[in-house]
Amino acid sequence: MSPPQRRRRTPRAAPRQEKPAPPPDGGNGQVPTRDPERLYVVTGQTGDGDRAELDLVTLIVTCADAPPSAQPEQSALLRLCRAPMSVAEVSAYLHLPFSVVTVLLTELLTAELVQARAPVVRAELPDRSLLEAVMHGLQKL
Amino acid sequence: MDFKSSETVPGPRTEDHLPHTTTAAVKIVIVGGFGVGKTTMVGSVSEIRPLTTEETMTQAGIGVDDDYGSETKTATTVAMDFGRISITDQLVLYLFGTPGQERFWFLWNGLFEGALGAVVLVDTRRLEVSFDVIGRLEERGVPFVVAVNDFPDGPRYPMDDLREALDLSEEIPMVKCDARRRASSRDVLMTLMRFLHSIAMASA
Ligand SMILES: Nc1nc2c(ncn2[C@@H]2O[C@H](COP(=O)(O)OP(=O)(O)OP(=O)(O)O)[C@@H](O)[C@H]2O)c(=O)[nH]1
Ligand SMILES: [Mg+2]
Repeated sequence: MSPPQRRRRTPRAAPRQEKPAPPPDGGNGQVPTRDPERLYVVTGQTGDGDRAELDLVTLIVTCADAPPSAQPEQSALLRLCRAPMSVAEVSAYLHLPFSVVTVLLTELLTAELVQARAPVVRAELPDRSLLEAVMHGLQKL
Repeated sequence: MDFKSSETVPGPRTEDHLPHTTTAAVKIVIVGGFGVGKTTMVGSVSEIRPLTTEETMTQAGIGVDDDYGSETKTATTVAMDFGRISITDQLVLYLFGTPGQERFWFLWNGLFEGALGAVVLVDTRRLEVSFDVIGRLEERGVPFVVAVNDFPDGPRYPMDDLREALDLSEEIPMVKCDARRRASSRDVLMTLMRFLHSIAMASA
């Protein structure tokens, strides 16, 4: 018996750009969250274009105490990030969608309450020493 | 989620905190069709209990306007689980077990763009569920290796037959694995890293 055969897609002229995440759409009753109204308050009116460039693995570190005016979500986030934490982890612990977390973080970055440590991205020529460090780390597992 | 008392948000256990010296993070994505073992692989190598990030997608219904002019929308919550491996005091590696359906990948902006590479898991009982994801990675130019998950009741094809069935070029590494075992999953990640290293050497 032979396995099923994959049919290769015809190569595209240019690789398709990944579409940006849809803007958080809370408040219109379209997003089934446990508390849609609350989500609306959290995301406010921040437009898509105003959001900071945040990757799932951008590391966030708190650098100031929460001001008395901080929203509860922001205070929770500031508490979580006393030790460095990826945006993905923030999303997981706060039970908030990634796109909502990026909006929260944009506000906190603007207010200089948190710092973002940008991820190491795959460059045209990957850094060999980085790859070797990862290999070394995996070997210890 | 109730944020009235933010004190109650449970964070990581103290031993799961990253050291303050951590300055850089890299990621690897684990892809494959429905039920091939992505979550299992993330869990077997992660140093923290795997976590989940969710994203919500709304889709306008097509041609279903009601009398009041409001469109019907369907909302889907898509979950992606991930784990973490500390590499050094400065560097941390994240592993993302992507949703099985590749049409959900765009929900997490930049999921693949910044990734070192990808692992494609295949299950020989249902090889075809991973066809689409392989096509997507090729389109995006994401380097990947293929891990053939060892299900006891799965048909055993010679690797060469699988390579041909998946239409993989010669240089793409293929490896057998048992995603439930940490050592085996680690070896898959090492295979990917060696492949990435060879690409880096060749282009240096
Ligand atoms: N024998 C065997 N079973 C495995 C292996 N990997 C996963 N499984 C089992 O296969 C089942 C599905 O694994 P999951 O890790 O949930 O698969 P998944 O790809 O995350 O599935 P979805 O997220 O639903 O697409 C589980 O019952 C696992 O225990 C493997 O390498 N060998
Ligand atoms: Mg899963």
